[in-house]
Amino acid sequence: MATLTKALKPILGRQLGNTAKVFGASVNSQRGKPTYSPPPAKYGGRHTVTLIPGDGIGPELLNHVRELFRFSCVPVDFEVVHVDSASTSEDDINNAITAIRRNGVALKGNIETNHTMPSNHKSRNNLLRTSLDLYANVMHCQSLPGVQTRHKNIDIIIIRENTEGEYSSLEHESVSGVVESLKIITRNNSLRIADYAFRLAREKGRRRVTAVHKANIMKLADGLFLQCCKEVASGYPDIEFDSMIVDNTTMQLVSKPHQFDVMVMPNLYGNVVSNVCAGLVGGPGLVPGANYGRDYAVFETATRNTGKSIANRNIANPTAMLLASCLMLDHLKLHDYANMIRGAILTTMNETRLHTIDIGGQGTTSEVVQSIMRIIQSSGPLTTEI
Amino acid sequence: MSGNAWRSTLIKLLERCGVRINDASRTTEVSRVMGAIKTQSPQPRTFSRGIQTVTLIPGDGIGPEISTAVMKIFEAAKAPIQWEEKNVTAIKGPGGRWMIPPEAKESMDKHKIGLKGPLKTPIAAGHPSMNLLLRKTFDLYANVRPCVSIEGYKTPYTDVDLVTIRENTEGEYSGIEHVIVDGVVQSIKLITEDASRRIAEYAFEYARNNQRTSVTAVHKANIMRMSDGLFLRKCREVAENFKDVKFTEMYLDTVCLNMVQDPSQFDVLVMPNLYGDILSDLCAGLIGGLGVTPSGNIGANGVAIFESVHGTAPDIAGKDLANPTALLLSAVMMLRHMGLHGYAKKIETACFDTIRDKKVLTKDLGGNSKCSEFTADICRRVQDMD
Repeated sequence: MATLTKALKPILGRQLGNTAKVFGASVNSQRGKPTYSPPPAKYGGRHTVTLIPGDGIGPELLNHVRELFRFSCVPVDFEVVHVDSASTSEDDINNAITAIRRNGVALKGNIETNHTMPSNHKSRNNLLRTSLDLYANVMHCQSLPGVQTRHKNIDIIIIRENTEGEYSSLEHESVSGVVESLKIITRNNSLRIADYAFRLAREKGRRRVTAVHKANIMKLADGLFLQCCKEVASGYPDIEFDSMIVDNTTMQLVSKPHQFDVMVMPNLYGNVVSNVCAGLVGGPGLVPGANYGRDYAVFETATRNTGKSIANRNIANPTAMLLASCLMLDHLKLHDYANMIRGAILTTMNETRLHTIDIGGQGTTSEVVQSIMRIIQSSGPLTTEI
Repeated sequence: MSGNAWRSTLIKLLERCGVRINDASRTTEVSRVMGAIKTQSPQPRTFSRGIQTVTLIPGDGIGPEISTAVMKIFEAAKAPIQWEEKNVTAIKGPGGRWMIPPEAKESMDKHKIGLKGPLKTPIAAGHPSMNLLLRKTFDLYANVRPCVSIEGYKTPYTDVDLVTIRENTEGEYSGIEHVIVDGVVQSIKLITEDASRRIAEYAFEYARNNQRTSVTAVHKANIMRMSDGLFLRKCREVAENFKDVKFTEMYLDTVCLNMVQDPSQFDVLVMPNLYGDILSDLCAGLIGGLGVTPSGNIGANGVAIFESVHGTAPDIAGKDLANPTALLLSAVMMLRHMGLHGYAKKIETACFDTIRDKKVLTKDLGGNSKCSEFTADICRRVQDMD
């Protein structure tokens, strides 16, 4: 093909060359790519990741993550950006967004939203998600054998649309005492999230995708979402597709959670369902969450709790944040480090049974992290001093 | 002094002299199991010796069978209730608007209390959901669902004892939706001051009349600042007038998370329409599903319709396999609402004893018996109690 192009070049001249350039450009564009490749590690093979401590238990847990990474010699450097939740100016969060655009990947704690502030003061977390267009929130709920729960062996992946739906923050008071809040559902975003869900299901070898909706009441909005899911489903004949109404879903989740495999849903139902599932597998301290966009990825705990009441008391469960950092390492293609840390965390959870208070144990956060570091030292390659 | 004042003064005097009088009217026994809606004081139109007429809407599918079962049990208990059966299939009234038959409306307006079986909404009938029509006709603004774990019907959750009170007229189910441009749909969530105040007042009154200790408002004001903010503000204002009941606020996701891990921490929950729908079904799932959950709808002008919330189950209709528990427990709720606590307790105890015994359970409860056998057992127990 190249030689033919060369031969034809004097005849067709610049036109062919230009066409080749155009085609070349479109081949390289991100749109067609199923998975995003993170920017190559530039400085000495080390990646730079934005770190947003947030409020509550965020700062202390992220310190533990940094400690653990330093100890395990993970080639990741953190660029810390503080966001002050009390200030009304949006400069802080804009700095954070710029930093994430620069680095491509971030690890964050939850930023508190004071809801007594006027409504033009938007939720910082929401602002981050919408500015970076992190359209898919993925949460993999897995029962840990070492944790006591009412239901065992749960394994559900929840994919939640992360940018629109009820979280559009478009509200107005038409007349005093009458408030309208708009829920926006668009065809493009619904197709995008459905496509993401089916691709992920195929990648992970999952059999069934369930769409969760309330289309019997919100006929147009959720009806559109459901229709988009059905359209995408027809392109994946190897994966079964069904749908369920959200109230029935929550009922089924608490009685028969094993019937669910992969679930995809709009924003608010995603919030409810992911919290119910997190509760089923043992609580907010155990499940990591990831927000993926086309160009960026931000990792955090799945249930996004600030944990104000347990902040700075050394009793928070570090598992969720540490597993989130493992997801980040997987995203950066540092799989060996990710598996090493994940293995150590799971060994601590399941074998040594060192649990923090929220899952019924007596351990402190630092004890759990120390235990993980000990396991890494005994099994892993090079580590620094504890 | 009036008669009651004379009586209580005499009793107090006698007590001081050391004579205890067992005055039946002083027992403030309000079962925490299926909370009463009104106080002990008899309604002006209910004569304790007279017969109260109640509008009965049997419904479709298994509706007629379970309504017959409930009538039989009430007869066995010799409850002073007379049933007036009405049909509510929608008809097109003058002006082309769909409405319920005028006889049904008159009957409800006269008797004020109704008991309803499951209604089906035929898909191509052209008329809106029957439940919606009833709601609009009688302005049923509060949906009350007490969820208590049933001894004898085992679920992973054994210590549930809460009540969900859901605003039933507006919120996300306002039905106002439109396609803005092709591919973009907007659904409007409406929150008004009046409706929020009304439901908050109802919730606190319910808590007070049923010796409930706390009311929790469930919201998402961090994201939907104005709408849920308005709802919360109204709840806070109403809470000022009910200092004897504790008032807390909690985010929807936190409630879901905690509900699945430890439901015993919740008491009365009050919330807008969508959250109420999801949470009330979640709580129903905790105690065993819609087949055993009672529900009541309170309207303006003293109207109250109690209903079973499960579907019409067309596949088992007419086969004597249905489980009348949900409708029966709703009828018990109705008795309490009318002030007939003695009969309510009798029937409820009989029902729970039958389920605890596990000898004549219907198929959905895990047994093999017919609906008539189940009903007969309860009737027998009720008669034995006399």
